[in-house]
Amino acid sequence: MTIYGTESARPAVDTVARAAETPDVALPYAELGMNDEEFARVQRILGRRPTSAELAIYSVMWSEHCSYKSSRVHLRKFGDKAPHSDALLVGMGENAGVVDVGNGWAVTFKIESHNHPSYVEPYQGAATGVGGIVRDILSMGARPVAVMDSLRFGAPDASDTRRVLDGVVRGVGGYGNCLGLPNIGGEVVFDPCYGANPLVNALCVGVLKPEGIKRATAPGPGNQVILFGAGTGPDGIGGASVLASATFDEASHQKRPSVQVGDPFMEKLLTECCMEIFAEDLVVGIQDLGAAGVSCATTELAAAGTGGMDVNLDLVPLRDPTLRPEEILMSESQERMMAVVEPAKVARFLELCKRWDVPATVIGTVTDTGRLRMTWRGETIVDIPPGTAADEGPVYERPYERPADLDALQADSPDKLPRPSTPEQLRDTVMWLAGSPNLADKSFVTSQYDKYVQGNTVLAMPDDAGVIRIGDGPQGIALATDGNGRYTRLDPYAGAQLALSEAYRNVATTGARPLAVTNCLNFGSPEDPGVMWQFARAVEGLADACQALGVPVTGGNVSFYNQTGTTPINPTPVIGVLGVHDDVTRRVQISFNVEGMSLLLLGETRPEFGGSEWANVVFRHLGGLPPRPDLAAEAALASVLVGAAREGLLDAAHDLSDGGLSQALLESCLRGGLGCTVTLPGDPFVELFSESVARAVVAVHPEREARVAALCEAARVPVRRLGVVGGDSFTVEGQFSIPLTELREVYQGALPSLFG
Amino acid sequence: MTARVGVITFPGSLDDRDAARAVRLADAEPVPLWHAATDLSEVDAVILPGGFSYGDYLRAGAIARFAPLMERLADAARGGMPVLGICNGFQVLCESHLLPGALTRNASLHFVCRAQRLRIENAKTDWTRAYEEGQEVVIPVKNIDGCFIADPETLEELESSGRVVARYVDVNPNGSLNDIAGICNEAGNVVGLMPHPEHAVESLTGPSSEGLGFFVSVVQRMVSA
Repeated sequence: MTIYGTESARPAVDTVARAAETPDVALPYAELGMNDEEFARVQRILGRRPTSAELAIYSVMWSEHCSYKSSRVHLRKFGDKAPHSDALLVGMGENAGVVDVGNGWAVTFKIESHNHPSYVEPYQGAATGVGGIVRDILSMGARPVAVMDSLRFGAPDASDTRRVLDGVVRGVGGYGNCLGLPNIGGEVVFDPCYGANPLVNALCVGVLKPEGIKRATAPGPGNQVILFGAGTGPDGIGGASVLASATFDEASHQKRPSVQVGDPFMEKLLTECCMEIFAEDLVVGIQDLGAAGVSCATTELAAAGTGGMDVNLDLVPLRDPTLRPEEILMSESQERMMAVVEPAKVARFLELCKRWDVPATVIGTVTDTGRLRMTWRGETIVDIPPGTAADEGPVYERPYERPADLDALQADSPDKLPRPSTPEQLRDTVMWLAGSPNLADKSFVTSQYDKYVQGNTVLAMPDDAGVIRIGDGPQGIALATDGNGRYTRLDPYAGAQLALSEAYRNVATTGARPLAVTNCLNFGSPEDPGVMWQFARAVEGLADACQALGVPVTGGNVSFYNQTGTTPINPTPVIGVLGVHDDVTRRVQISFNVEGMSLLLLGETRPEFGGSEWANVVFRHLGGLPPRPDLAAEAALASVLVGAAREGLLDAAHDLSDGGLSQALLESCLRGGLGCTVTLPGDPFVELFSESVARAVVAVHPEREARVAALCEAARVPVRRLGVVGGDSFTVEGQFSIPLTELREVYQGALPSLFG
Repeated sequence: MTARVGVITFPGSLDDRDAARAVRLADAEPVPLWHAATDLSEVDAVILPGGFSYGDYLRAGAIARFAPLMERLADAARGGMPVLGICNGFQVLCESHLLPGALTRNASLHFVCRAQRLRIENAKTDWTRAYEEGQEVVIPVKNIDGCFIADPETLEELESSGRVVARYVDVNPNGSLNDIAGICNEAGNVVGLMPHPEHAVESLTGPSSEGLGFFVSVVQRMVSA
């Protein structure tokens, strides 16, 4: 006590009674990110000034991160335009969406960002990003079965990129590996715009029985509120420190770490403990603690339930006994969950927690008062209608305006760039692209992730989508994430559609039927009208595309303020698509495994180079228009790929996207260890490097060519024979022949030489 | 009679269900064993699965060796019961002194996950008799503390007595001395293996199904015993 002064010297706690008596006490709401109008609104709701604890709750719950106050008016489009889907069991608004995948199984999946913490402290930022999304999946009642990570870093040769990449990859791996979740895919993309603002988007997928779905709700007065998992410490409470120090002037509370620290071992225990708790049907509601910690869990559970809750904050187990109530409320300590349990089941609940060494404490009771009341040291410090914090935050219609530079950017077409034309130039371009960081082999990253654990991984990186077997099979799911910031910068509406197209195509290429969508929308500041315009257009484009393809958005996450100074990142919607395999033994890989297979090109190639990897790698050029989305063609292509896979016609299939046909062919060659020889009747440059959508290359037994062609004709998908699999080089007739050994050297050598 | 093969679950075990699946595919009965239990449920053999027992805090395997069940296991192992430690299980066996040497941080300092080629050097142990000496198999390796080390005398003793059970081929993924991937005790009933045969029991989900032999081996031993 000598450090902090004597107990009697501590300032009195800011109680509800004191707040009513002292209306003029100045509160540091601006420092907590709350504006005058928002603070006035809290005062109107309460009919008095908030206590400092109440201010803590409102300030975090009404933050952009928790309230979606700038994005909400736009996100409604996902609901308004949602295609009908019988498979959708839980839609947007819960911790994660749930879809019925048939045969008595359901799947829940979601992607979420942890961008800013991953720049400040890459390892912990990325690790806790994985931990957070896993708890979202867990809180739906599911067993998490896989993770994916979609990463964006600054220029590969920038000095800070190594620090960020090394830490982020170690963090994603360190947490996911220790948790026993296979990492089945994702992306690694470099662009200078992400230099001081990397993107770390983590996806988790879980499997459950439809009747086992859990909700974040606290119904039934008298039911007990249990906080379980890790203790509450001073992690991630930069905001609360402002409050504590400004209100109480305690030096010891002024410097708090603002990035959370993860403990995957605790999360593993929490997972297994939850599985046993769910199996015995011991909870009526459950919520994970992520951003805004206890504030979020209590207000959301209460608001979605009977409406009231009494909580005794003295009962919250603390790692640091000096924490003030505001800090307890705002702490983002990881690996915590909150459950609502009927009194008769509390003993068994606590028993299971004990079996797994998971601390669990009853901290409150559900009431029918319509108020969330909290006490600390015997005094009431919170007394609010919970819905006002959880659901009724401010909603902004931020002004938006087409960025002034967009016309000039779109007019700066890549058509004027000098194109390779001689065989030697074409060969050099193939090699150059294959060894460029965005297109090169990502094994340096993915080999740091366990992809085998749980024993159900059918496909993982570098295949087009991750595929996981469900139950004892043969059923399974496929998942892919995609997003292209350069396309979206050139045309946000098209860019979002292109991201969806590619993920949809990737899932279909493995033979899975695309079913549902999750998204992580990474943008700059919503207070910048240009960024807000990008956001509005991207959401509109995505909503329209989901409608056209018949795949609903089931949930996701918005990350704003991704910018350095006033320069925003390229708008980067990352889209995850979930597909279903009726029989995972029919899954299709990208690798060319069998000599003599015929290669067919499905889809139409147009000269489209705006935002392409060719323009980016060779000229650092970004201008013009991105490839034209063609959702009808995308759906037709998918129907052919899924049908052909079901009939067992395909020996290999690979989607065409970044880097075009050249990149797809060489990846399939290197993966299987067999070369190929192809003939290109058109302009070889366009054929090799265009990034037109709705295309895939497939390898089929010559006897099955006719059947695949018939499927294409029926679906009106253009199809053309490209050549044949075999040999040990990548050969374009009349142009060049590159030995695979040479390609492998540049393709596999790029990332290790930069970061190894 | 079906062989009963126990699979211990420590807090933080990850591959316990995979090991149980492998046991089933080898036509034996997997028996879940809880770390805090005090008897071995009359199993015929025991697998210590991969994972991060107790978070691998302090040192990989260092805390798990003190689990109540480990005392019983040590007695049974000294009495000849077949015991296979995979990855973290190998680390636990070393920490328990049921096997010599230690597993330290990979030479690359990175977690490494890859399909790895191995050569079976000793096909006489309880867990490798289904293989032939010199046979090469591809099974996953995935670890961050997989670098096997031992003092020169121990290493010489292991080599000269044929107690190196498997060796890495082509690539040494973690810097292990003499490319050692697995070793056994003098009797050949206790085997520690850094790679994961339980992830190579079905060609659909593994790089091969060539890991099944480890589990088939112990079942054969039960039948022949």
